[in-house]
Amino acid sequence: MKIELIQPFINAADAVFSEAFQSPTKIGDMTMDEESYRLKGVAALIRIEGEIEGRVILDVGREAARKMASHLSGGEAVEGEQIETEAVCELANMVIGNSVTLLNDKGFKFKIHPPEIHTSQEGIGSNRDTEAMVLSMETPYGDIYLNIAMHYLHRRRQERETSPAAD
Amino acid sequence: MAQFAALLRKDNQPVRYLVVDDSVFARKNIIKMIETFGGEVAGEAGDGLTAIAEFNRALPDIVLMDITMPQMEGIEAVERIIRQHPQARIIMVSSVGYQENILAALQKGAKHFVQKPVKPEGLYEILRYVLSDEAGSSQPLPVSAGKDDVQ
Repeated sequence: MKIELIQPFINAADAVFSEAFQSPTKIGDMTMDEESYRLKGVAALIRIEGEIEGRVILDVGREAARKMASHLSGGEAVEGEQIETEAVCELANMVIGNSVTLLNDKGFKFKIHPPEIHTSQEGIGSNRDTEAMVLSMETPYGDIYLNIAMHYLHRRRQERETSPAAD
Repeated sequence: MAQFAALLRKDNQPVRYLVVDDSVFARKNIIKMIETFGGEVAGEAGDGLTAIAEFNRALPDIVLMDITMPQMEGIEAVERIIRQHPQARIIMVSSVGYQENILAALQKGAKHFVQKPVKPEGLYEILRYVLSDEAGSSQPLPVSAGKDDVQ
């Protein structure tokens, strides 16, 4: 997976979490994952279609999700799975939206879909073209995991390989 | 959250907002900001189709409209609302802020664009702008910005 596809997500996640939590974040572990993805807690999955295709999962432990939901609700105590899920979906929306903005400004055209709650304990497998990068980001309310699996469409990849100046 | 001078209509009544976002959480956050600006919620919608129905029902002063939503996306909803209500004041609120998207929304009749995460100070200034003559509406302004700058 090309770093040029990953970097905008890291930059956007850093900017969004720092702004949302009013505190700097720190990038933790970064690994390639070729296995099925297993949930850590509350997860939102966003699919991307166009010249780049793939998906991003934003996954947060349940306790961290509750704290984040509380912070994003203005410090109110929050209870319940729905508000935690909503908070995680909204964080995913903001990260992916900001990433897409950065990638679109580099000339990639694609569309994102509304977030889906990712509940499958079996996870989503990776393949040769969509091996996933998993990175954790440390925030004051707990770690957030981003699982990014993405690839160029074949036509677009050929164009880019034969025309480096197009970047 | 910071304190803001109330944004009021010309008749000194609170500005009425329609908040459109498929995320209940995002709507809740925006509503909280609106309330700190002295506004009131005229309606809520989670998709473009419902937004059109809610606009026709509530006739709000301002619409805050997400872009990526199920059933009907925000830009199409803007086009349909403006077709029926050319004076509608719609502000796009989305995390997807690339130029093509912004231009498409503005061409369909949106007045402004706010990128998520929304900062209250930024939204306040944009609302002041859209509620003022500067927004370039050819219609008589139903509303005006309130007293002074952000306190």
